[in-house]
Amino acid sequence: MAGRGFALLTAALLGASPASAQSLVMALSGSPTSADPHYHTFSPNITLDSHSYNSLVDMDPKSRPIASLADSWKLVAPDTWEFKLHPGVKFHNGDDFTADDVAYTLARVPTVPNSPGSFAIYTKSVIATEIVDKLTIRMKTAGLYPLLPIDLTQILIIPKRLGPNPLNEDFNNGRNAIGTGPYRMVSYKSGDRVELERFDGYWGTKPHWANISVRMIPNDGARTASLLAGDVQFVEFVPTSDVARLSADKRVALSETDSLRLVFLWLNRSHADAPPFVTGPNGEALATNPLNDLRVRRALSMGINRAAIVERVMENAAIPANQFMAPGVSGHVSDLPPIPFDIARAKALLAEAGYPKGFRITLHGPNDRYVNDGKIVQAIGQMWTRIGVETKVDAMTWTTYINRASKQEFSAFLLGWGISSGEASNPLRALVHTYDAASGWGSVNRGRYSNPKLDGMIKAAMGVADDGAREKALIDAERVAMQDVALIPIHIQKNIWAMRAGLTYIPRADERSLAMDLRPQ
Amino acid sequence: MTIWILRRLFQAVLVMLAMTVIVFVGVNVIGDPIEILISPDADQAERLRAIAALGLDKPLWEQYLRFLWGALHGDLGRSFVFNEPALRLIGQRMPATLELAVTAVLMAVILGIPLGLLAGLYPNSLFGRAAMAGSILGFSLPSFWVGLMFIMVFAVQLGWLPSTGRGATVTVLGVPWSFLTRDGLAHMAMPAFNLALGNIALVLRLTRSGVRENLPMDYVRFARAKGLSPQRVVFVHVLKNIMIPVVTVLGLQFGSTVAFAVVTESVFAWPGMGKLIIDSINVLDRPVIVAYLMMIVLMFVTINLIVDLLYTVLDPRVRIGGAE
Repeated sequence: MAGRGFALLTAALLGASPASAQSLVMALSGSPTSADPHYHTFSPNITLDSHSYNSLVDMDPKSRPIASLADSWKLVAPDTWEFKLHPGVKFHNGDDFTADDVAYTLARVPTVPNSPGSFAIYTKSVIATEIVDKLTIRMKTAGLYPLLPIDLTQILIIPKRLGPNPLNEDFNNGRNAIGTGPYRMVSYKSGDRVELERFDGYWGTKPHWANISVRMIPNDGARTASLLAGDVQFVEFVPTSDVARLSADKRVALSETDSLRLVFLWLNRSHADAPPFVTGPNGEALATNPLNDLRVRRALSMGINRAAIVERVMENAAIPANQFMAPGVSGHVSDLPPIPFDIARAKALLAEAGYPKGFRITLHGPNDRYVNDGKIVQAIGQMWTRIGVETKVDAMTWTTYINRASKQEFSAFLLGWGISSGEASNPLRALVHTYDAASGWGSVNRGRYSNPKLDGMIKAAMGVADDGAREKALIDAERVAMQDVALIPIHIQKNIWAMRAGLTYIPRADERSLAMDLRPQ
Repeated sequence: MTIWILRRLFQAVLVMLAMTVIVFVGVNVIGDPIEILISPDADQAERLRAIAALGLDKPLWEQYLRFLWGALHGDLGRSFVFNEPALRLIGQRMPATLELAVTAVLMAVILGIPLGLLAGLYPNSLFGRAAMAGSILGFSLPSFWVGLMFIMVFAVQLGWLPSTGRGATVTVLGVPWSFLTRDGLAHMAMPAFNLALGNIALVLRLTRSGVRENLPMDYVRFARAKGLSPQRVVFVHVLKNIMIPVVTVLGLQFGSTVAFAVVTESVFAWPGMGKLIIDSINVLDRPVIVAYLMMIVLMFVTINLIVDLLYTVLDPRVRIGGAE
C-alpha cells in the first residue's frame, strides 16, 4: 500500500542528496569523541580531523613519512631539528600559515584539559622551539631524537589566532574548527554525523568531492547493508564474513592492503615459579615457569597452524606473521623464515625441556576487540592441546580483559598492536623492551618479557641519526626478539574498504579512511 | 494524595542513590577506563597524568562523595570521553530516542488495539487465528535479527526506505525533531516499526483476551438486551473496561521501550540515548552511565505515577492512597 509512495519518496530523496556527483556519504566504524584535533588520541578522531587539518609531516599509504606543511626537515645539530615550512598555505579563515602557528600548536597540545589520551606523548620530546623566520622553525630535543618527524605526523596544526586555551566545545560547534586541510567542517553531531565541505583555498591537490557527510555506523551488519542499499558510498572495516559476498557483488568494489596491526600472544614471564593458570599435566603445581624456557616458547609457537587461522578464521583477511611487520614496511626483516607448523617437532621440544607429558594452561583473549578474536583463541587452544599442552580457553569482554591483562593475571593471552609510527622502533620500544617506567619504554610489555641484550640493542639503535643505518640496527634487534620468542606473532590483519562500483580507493596501512584518496575510476 | 506523591518521590530518590552506589562500585570492579581510553602509544607517565586528569587517582569513596556533592548542585559530572557534562550529552541524544519510542508506542496502540478487538470478536475466524499466530512471532523473534531483515528487504532489495541513520531534522523549541520532515519519517519507519513489533503483539493479545473475557459478562448481555447497537457495546462499554490492563502495560512498556531501544538504535545507527549508553559502557564512561541510569529510574517512577493517576480517570472506583 504505502510501498509505492515510499519508493517515490525515497527516489526523490536520493535524487536530492547523495546521488549528485560531487557529494559523498561515507561511514566510519567508530564515533569520534570530539572535533578538537588534540583532545583524544583515538583513531576515529584522527581520521575525521585529517580531512580538515594538516600536520608538518604526513604518512603515505605505506606509512612512510612524506612532506606536508613542512617541505623538508633536517638535523642541524644532534639535538635540534629544523623544519622548512610550505609557503602560501592558508587557513580556512584566510590567515597565512606560519611558524608561529606551529609553535602555538606544540605549546597547546599538552595543555588540553581533561584529555583522556593526550597527544603530548608525541610532542614531549620537544623541550624548546625557536622561530627562525616566518617559514622556518627549530625544535630542540633532550639529546638526539631521530623519530621527531614521525611523531609530528600525529600533530595537526591549528592557528595561533585561537588564542590561549581554546575550548574543545568550540571545536565541536565549529567556532574553532579552523585548519589548513582540504575540507572545512560544517557541522558536527556527536555519535551521528559530521558534514564537511571542500575548502577552495586549499594549498594541495584539489580533492574530488565537494561535500562529504561522514556517518558513524559501528554495527558491522548495518554498515554493509547501508553500502548495499546505496545510502553510503564508502565504508571502512568490512567484516571478514562479508568479504566473499561483497567481492561477488557487481555493485560494490573492494580495496585492501596489509595493515600495521599485528595479532599476537603474550606469555607471562613475570614469574620464576608457575604463573597463574599453569599447572602440571595432572593439575599439580609446577616449581618453575615453563614459559621461561625458550624450547617451550618455540614449541608453543610451532604448534600454531597460522595458515589455517588465516584461511578459516580470518577468511584470508590477514597474512601469517613471523615478525612485527608485513613485507614492504620499513623494518620488515626479510631473512626471517616463516614459523613452521610442526606438531612432532613441538612435542620433541617440550620433551627436551622436561615436559614430555606437556602441561596445562589457560589461554585468555578478548571477544569483542580484534577481528574474530574469540575464534582465534579457540582455534589456538585446540592446536596447543594437540601438541600435548592441554589448553582451556577463556574469552571475555575487552573492558574486563585489558585490565586483568595489564596486571599479569593471565599466562598466555592474545593482544593486537597497531604500529602507529610505521617503523620498527615503535613495537621494539613499547612491547618487548623491559618494562621501565622511568624511560617510558616497555610501557605495554604486558608479558613482562625482559632481555638486557635486546634492551641494549634498542637503545643503541635509537642513538643512530641516519635513517638507513637505524633501520638496519632495529632489524638486528627485531631478529633477536623473534628468535627469543619474546611474543608469539599470529597474523597481520588486512585493512579492507568497500565502495560503490565505479569508485577507487588508495588503501592505507594505517587504517585511516580519507575521502581525498577516494575518486571515480 | 500529595503525601502519596511525596512518598513516591522519596522512594525514587532512595532508588537513585542505590543506583549510583551500584554503578560506582560496578564500573570500578569491571575495569579501568584509562586502559580503554588512553592511546596504546602512551607511556607510564602519560597514564598517570590521565588518571589524575579524570580524578581516578582518588580513593573510590572520595570520588563518590565528590559526585554526590556535585549531584546536589545539579552537576552529574563530565563525560570522561567527550569532556562534556553528562546530562547535556544525554539531553542531546534524548529527542531522537523519545521520538522513536513515542512513534513505536503509537504504532502499538493504533495497530494493536483494533487488531486485538477484531481477533477477540471473531476468535475462530481465519483472521483471528492468523493474528494470534503472528503475535507470537512479534515478541519471540529477536529484534536485532528482524531489524537486519527489514534493512535487507526494504532498503537493500526493494530500495524503498533508507537503511540507517536519522533523517533531516527541524528545530522546534530549540530541539531538533525528525518526525516533522518526510525524510525524517522515511528514516524512522523501519526502526520505529522494529521497536513496536513486540509491543503490537503484546497489546493485541491483551486486548483480545480482555474482549474474550468481557463479552460473556452480564453488563454486556444487559446492554445488548437493552437494544444498544453492537458498535456502542464494543466501543464504549467493552473497550473502556479492557483499557486498564492495556494502559498499565503500555505505560511500563513505554519505559522499557526507551530504556531498551539500545538494540534497535545500534542496528539502525540511530543516534539516540541507547547508542550513547552502549558506547559509554564499552569505554566505562562512568559519569554518563550514572546519569543515564538515574534518568531512567526517574522516568520509570514518573510513568508509574502517571499510570496510577490515569487509573482514577478510567475507573472511578480506584482511589489513590485511600487505604491508609
